[in-house]
Amino acid sequence: MHSMDKSIIVIGAGTAGMEAAGQLAKEGFNVTLVEKEQDTGGHVKSWFHLFPDRRDSKEVLAYLNTQICRENITLLTGTTVNNLEKKHDSFVMNTSDGNELKADAVVVTTGFDLFRSERKEEYGYGIYDNVITSADLETMFRKGEVKRANGEIPEKIGIVHCVGSRDEKSGNLYCSKLCCVTAVKQAIELKEMIPAAKIFCFYMDIRMGGALYEEMYREAQENYEINFIRGKVSEISEDINNKLIAKVEDTLVGRPLKIGLDMMVLMAGMEMSETGRKIALSSGLKTGDNRFFSPADHHFGSNKSNLSGVFYAGTCTAPMNITDTISHARAVVSDVIDYLKGKSN
Amino acid sequence: MKETGKRKIWSDYQKEIADDHFFYVRSCIRQSFFPGSETFFLDFMRNVLGKDVYENPSHTTCTGIGYHSDIVPFQTIMTVVARHFALMKESGYKNIAISCVTSFGIYTEILETWKHFPEELEKTREYLYKATGRVFDIPENMAHTSDIIFKFRSEIAEKGKFRLINKLTGKPLNVVEHIGCHYAKMFPKSGVGGAEFPNVLGGMVESWGGNVVDYPERRHCCGFGFRQYLVQANRGYSLSNTVKKFSSMKPYKPDFILTNCPGCNMFMDKWQYTMKEMDGTVYGENGESIPVLTYEELAGLVMGYNPWDLGLQYHMVQSEPLLKKLGIEYDPDDKFRTKDGRQMPVPKNLINA
Repeated sequence: MHSMDKSIIVIGAGTAGMEAAGQLAKEGFNVTLVEKEQDTGGHVKSWFHLFPDRRDSKEVLAYLNTQICRENITLLTGTTVNNLEKKHDSFVMNTSDGNELKADAVVVTTGFDLFRSERKEEYGYGIYDNVITSADLETMFRKGEVKRANGEIPEKIGIVHCVGSRDEKSGNLYCSKLCCVTAVKQAIELKEMIPAAKIFCFYMDIRMGGALYEEMYREAQENYEINFIRGKVSEISEDINNKLIAKVEDTLVGRPLKIGLDMMVLMAGMEMSETGRKIALSSGLKTGDNRFFSPADHHFGSNKSNLSGVFYAGTCTAPMNITDTISHARAVVSDVIDYLKGKSN
Repeated sequence: MKETGKRKIWSDYQKEIADDHFFYVRSCIRQSFFPGSETFFLDFMRNVLGKDVYENPSHTTCTGIGYHSDIVPFQTIMTVVARHFALMKESGYKNIAISCVTSFGIYTEILETWKHFPEELEKTREYLYKATGRVFDIPENMAHTSDIIFKFRSEIAEKGKFRLINKLTGKPLNVVEHIGCHYAKMFPKSGVGGAEFPNVLGGMVESWGGNVVDYPERRHCCGFGFRQYLVQANRGYSLSNTVKKFSSMKPYKPDFILTNCPGCNMFMDKWQYTMKEMDGTVYGENGESIPVLTYEELAGLVMGYNPWDLGLQYHMVQSEPLLKKLGIEYDPDDKFRTKDGRQMPVPKNLINA
């Protein structure tokens, strides 16, 4: 097999797509990287610091941009996929700009959408000025100022874990995996930015499954005096002075709690992206009960789909962090090579 | 607070409300405590809008209070409701208009049960047929009567003689709207605007010129809560919930409270007497308590109906301060006089009188 004869389409230029495209190009394949936004980078570009080491997300973006800076990668931004079809041994993809792209294999890296927090109506996101999401807070961190809508510095800040995750009412039974560590990271950063602030994290369970996550959680309690309260927030409202009032059940103490706050941050979970959903519908790719793409095998084929020649990488299959996303994107290269070798034999 | 966020939620909870030909079912509590409300509804719908609203004299209680007190079993209440549907079928109607929020919640719960457990529907058909020989159809459209007034709120605004503007200050009146828990908290899609930011009463207030107050305990129970009150030993708990709610709304200086549930109206009205008697606390401005109106009473005032024909005098908290703000003229001597001029006994200890 000569790599230079083979072309591969990668759909989505976020972390997984950029890494996969770069690695495939390094192997000599002709890669077309399609991105619906005008810029590459996906969610990472709107993030400030990453856990667990608080690396600036710009460093990750710089690395990913280097990865796709190759002659055999054609980048199409501002382009959406209308449909994807397998014709004989190759794939035909129609794009929003009227082009028809052909390829020998396709790697789907459509990523995730953040859970729309306004769907948890009881939290009043989009209604109460000082209820914000984890993504909004990252934007504030990047600007270097965390302020209430009226410009005041918040003194009491709440953080709600599991917004749209592990929540039957939202239709999402799965854990988004990254919200707990994001909450801990953001709580520490808030405390560093506003040392006098009191921070309260409202959680169901603390799930610290990644390397150095648990250490970060301990540090938050020991060195930053972050308060962790085990219980779901049932509702948020606003009083006459624009202070937020949160009702919570403190399940460890065993009593309801009503707390006044200056700001509430909702840890929005991850959901299958709308782009991914449309591709699944047009191409017959299988999705699971969690609505993410369903890998052919959870142990041995997490990059493979139900269609021979279509592969997955990153958070289009399940919530995962940057480290795992990059590993997953590298792993897909091996499956693509195996597939194309078999095809040329 | 961003109004656009609320409007987005309201757009997600649009409810189909029939336009005409209603089979009307009354409320046990409302026809006893606020009889002017149902009278207004029927008069307005039939004589002002020219709609067909039918009442069947064989309609009974839905047994909702018994059900929520664990006295009436679910199978029994399903059969009672099925009988109401049978009366509707026999009368040739397909749209049911329900006056009581408790009943509305019961009907909604039963229809949802039948949807998810069709075997329960078949059992209920059998029970009703064996007991009465009757058969029934599921309504094509089910609305609470506050939904119907909400639907025609613009017509009321157009035909109305008064706006919810304080004549003394020229500013919109501050209105606390309180939605009965059983209206949409169990099934948000059954209510106009959903459960968290309902718009059924707020929409009326907005259309008629008032300002809706959003206060921290807006969603909190009025204090009735069936078991909280029906078990005598729990009445302190009932009252403490009402205190919590009124303490929360007090800083907003509400001019009146608007309700769509008979229990809420009764408790928010009468507990104000109790709170005043217990420790002298009143929650309105100028040492007054806060009038509590039904949506029909408010619609009637906006339309220019006589306050005493609407039955405002039958509340514990009297509405004269509100009538003055609205610029509505009234004859105090007619307050407790029958239509043929006889003087009725005047209740003692009325508030704001």
